[in-house]
Amino acid sequence: MTVNTEPAIVPNFDSEVGTGRKIAIICSKGNLDMAYPGLILANAALGEGAEVHMFFTFWGFDMINKKTMGDLKFTMLGNTATHMPQGLGGIPGMTAMATSKMKKTIADLDVPEVPAFLEQIVASGGHLWACRLSADMNSLTKEDLYDEVEDIISATDFIEKTEGAQLLFI
Amino acid sequence: MPVTTLNGQEIHVNEEGFLTDPSEWDETLATALGAQIGITLTEAHWNAIRFLRKDFQEIGETPTLRRVSTVGGIPIKELFVLFPQKPAKKMAYVAGLPKPVGCV
Repeated sequence: MTVNTEPAIVPNFDSEVGTGRKIAIICSKGNLDMAYPGLILANAALGEGAEVHMFFTFWGFDMINKKTMGDLKFTMLGNTATHMPQGLGGIPGMTAMATSKMKKTIADLDVPEVPAFLEQIVASGGHLWACRLSADMNSLTKEDLYDEVEDIISATDFIEKTEGAQLLFI
Repeated sequence: MPVTTLNGQEIHVNEEGFLTDPSEWDETLATALGAQIGITLTEAHWNAIRFLRKDFQEIGETPTLRRVSTVGGIPIKELFVLFPQKPAKKMAYVAGLPKPVGCV
C-alpha cells in the first residue's frame, strides 16, 4: 500500500505579492455612471485584502455630499456611448428617465445605491477622504458630508497618506 | 482536475485548491479546510458557512460578500473578522464551493 505524502493543495490566500497592497482611488466625477467604477473597484480591492483610500474631489464631492449622494444622475447628453441621437438627450425629462432606468438596472443586479455602497466599503475597512479645495469652493464642512468620511484633507495630505499605493483616477 | 488528500479523505480540487465537487464536502472536512488556512471554526463561522451551503444549493452560485450580509444577515464587518483579508474566497473555500464570481 502506498502512502500519499504529497502536501494537500491549498489556496494561497496570503501570497507575498498581495500583502501590503495599497490602492488609492481618486473620484472626480459626480455622474451616476461615473460613481460606480470607483466604488466597485474599491470594494473588490478590499475583498482581496488591500488597503484602500478613496479621495473625493471636484464633482466627485457629489458622491459624499449628504444632499446629493443619493440623487446622482445619468444623462445621455454628450455621451455617445448610449448610441442614441444626441438630440434626444436634451428633451425635458430625458435625464430623469435615463437615471431611473440605470438605477433599476443596477438594483436588479443587487448592486447597492451610492450611500449603501459607501457604507459597505467602510464596513470592509476602506477609508474615505474629502478634498479640502472642493470643500472650500462649495463652502461645505464635515457636517455636510457623509458621516463616515474621515476628514477633509489637502491634496498633499492624500499623496502623503497613500505613499507607495497604486493609484486610480476616475 | 487534481485530487488531493485531506484528513485521510481524497477530494477533487481545482488548481488553486477549491473543491470541484460540493458533494464531497461535509462538516468534518470543513474543519480540516479551515485548519489549512489557519481558521478554527466557531459557531459564528458555521453560521456563515451554513448560509453559503444553503444559498449555493438554492441558487447554484456562491454568494458574494454583499449577499451573505444582505440575505444571510451577517454584517460585512463581522465577516472580515471571521475570515480575515479575503472573506469571500476564504468562506467559499471552507464551505467547499467555487470562488464567488459576482463583482459586488
